[in-house]
Amino acid sequence: MIRVTLPYHLRTLALVNGEVELVLDGRVTLGSVLDALESRFPVLRGAIRDRVTLQRRPFVRFYACREDLSHEPPDTVLPTAVIEGLEPFLIIGAMAGG
Amino acid sequence: MSRVRVLIGTRKGAFVLTADGQREQWEVSGPHFAGWEIYHVKGSPVNPDRVYASQNTSWFGQMMQRSDDGGKTWEAVGNEFKYEGVPGTHKWYDGTQHPWEFKRIWHIEPSLTEPDTAFAGAEDAALFKTTDGGRTWQECPSLRSVKSDLWQPGAGGMCVHTIVIDPKNSDRIFIAISAAGVFRTDDGGRSWMPANQGLKSPWELPDPDAQVGHCVHRIALHPDRPEVLFMQKHWDVMRSDNAGESWSEVSGNLPSDFGFPVEVHAHEPETIYVVPIKSDSEHFPPDGKLRVYRSRTGGNEWEALTAGLPQKDCYVNVLRDAMAVDSLEPCGVYFGTTGGQVYFSGQSGDTWSPIVRDLPAVLSVEVQTLL
Repeated sequence: MIRVTLPYHLRTLALVNGEVELVLDGRVTLGSVLDALESRFPVLRGAIRDRVTLQRRPFVRFYACREDLSHEPPDTVLPTAVIEGLEPFLIIGAMAGG
Repeated sequence: MSRVRVLIGTRKGAFVLTADGQREQWEVSGPHFAGWEIYHVKGSPVNPDRVYASQNTSWFGQMMQRSDDGGKTWEAVGNEFKYEGVPGTHKWYDGTQHPWEFKRIWHIEPSLTEPDTAFAGAEDAALFKTTDGGRTWQECPSLRSVKSDLWQPGAGGMCVHTIVIDPKNSDRIFIAISAAGVFRTDDGGRSWMPANQGLKSPWELPDPDAQVGHCVHRIALHPDRPEVLFMQKHWDVMRSDNAGESWSEVSGNLPSDFGFPVEVHAHEPETIYVVPIKSDSEHFPPDGKLRVYRSRTGGNEWEALTAGLPQKDCYVNVLRDAMAVDSLEPCGVYFGTTGGQVYFSGQSGDTWSPIVRDLPAVLSVEVQTLL
């Protein structure tokens, strides 16, 4: 079970409180977690990454176990602590003013 | 008894204001979508409880929301706005060609006859249409075949910000783009023609006969006379008596002919409203006085409407989609400011009062008259 923490605006959009829990089959990668998240919450499609290119939106960041994974490729395997559900995978809005 | 519902989009959420036909006691609901930019909120004339909202942030992109109970509850609908085919390029600020990139929806125009049909005006400029209540959107691609390599962004971006459907002929639609101009279709969006003859933009467009490239800020018509159009251009207030075939200037005695909104009285097709702004580089009222100007002669002769509006030290702006009228008697006129005030006149503009005064910067104001 993968725990995903969403930023406030995406929680309100997806109508969830707190963390989201996802169950994945196969490899737990940056891309597969986002695929599973968007599959469960279709309203998030386009809000985290581009619908067509699947590139991360510029003001969205990915963190896990205090590491910035924002610039890692989609097939990056997430840390063991995230895969085992001990740590959350964090999706956050970048500090960009406003 | 009649009621009025005012739909307000702001930089930080949407607000819904309601009142009975007296329009004296207002109930404020919101913010809906708190923290998001709401460029536009508009209801269907066929089913007034169906309301669409354009929701956007730089962080998370474009969302579309739909309400089927007049704005009490909302459902996220489709947000996939895909340009048809190869998107191509348009003119960039430096004169080079730049690829089309979707950024946001500026304006939503529900069909006058079909509750599931609506149009959406996009930045970068394109027109999208839904026929399933917003679940899916398809581009009307022929619009971008009209000399679009010459379109270029204005300071606010290159956007379809105005969509006006002819109430007597739903196949005729006018749209306006900054900075490309007015375009008209007579076949429901299958083909488009520029409708900019008579517009003068000597500083930006040295060619006096340029068919596209004009920075039109807003157009409006009265439903009884859809062949008569009024325009607030970047500079100049204009009028067309032949459905956009040609335009003539009616700025007359305005203190400045720069501005954003233009609106038409609900019952008097020759009574129009603008809000003069000092200049393109100083987006606030001349002399710090917030004045709506009304012409009862379809332009050229204007009177300042000041009663109830701040007449000193006022430096707000009124954006292009932030003025609307209701269809009660007397006609109610509403406008919102970048300072967060929404002013209302229940006497066709003779006197004004704020119905809310501390919202986030107002991006759009629409009014539904509920009978």
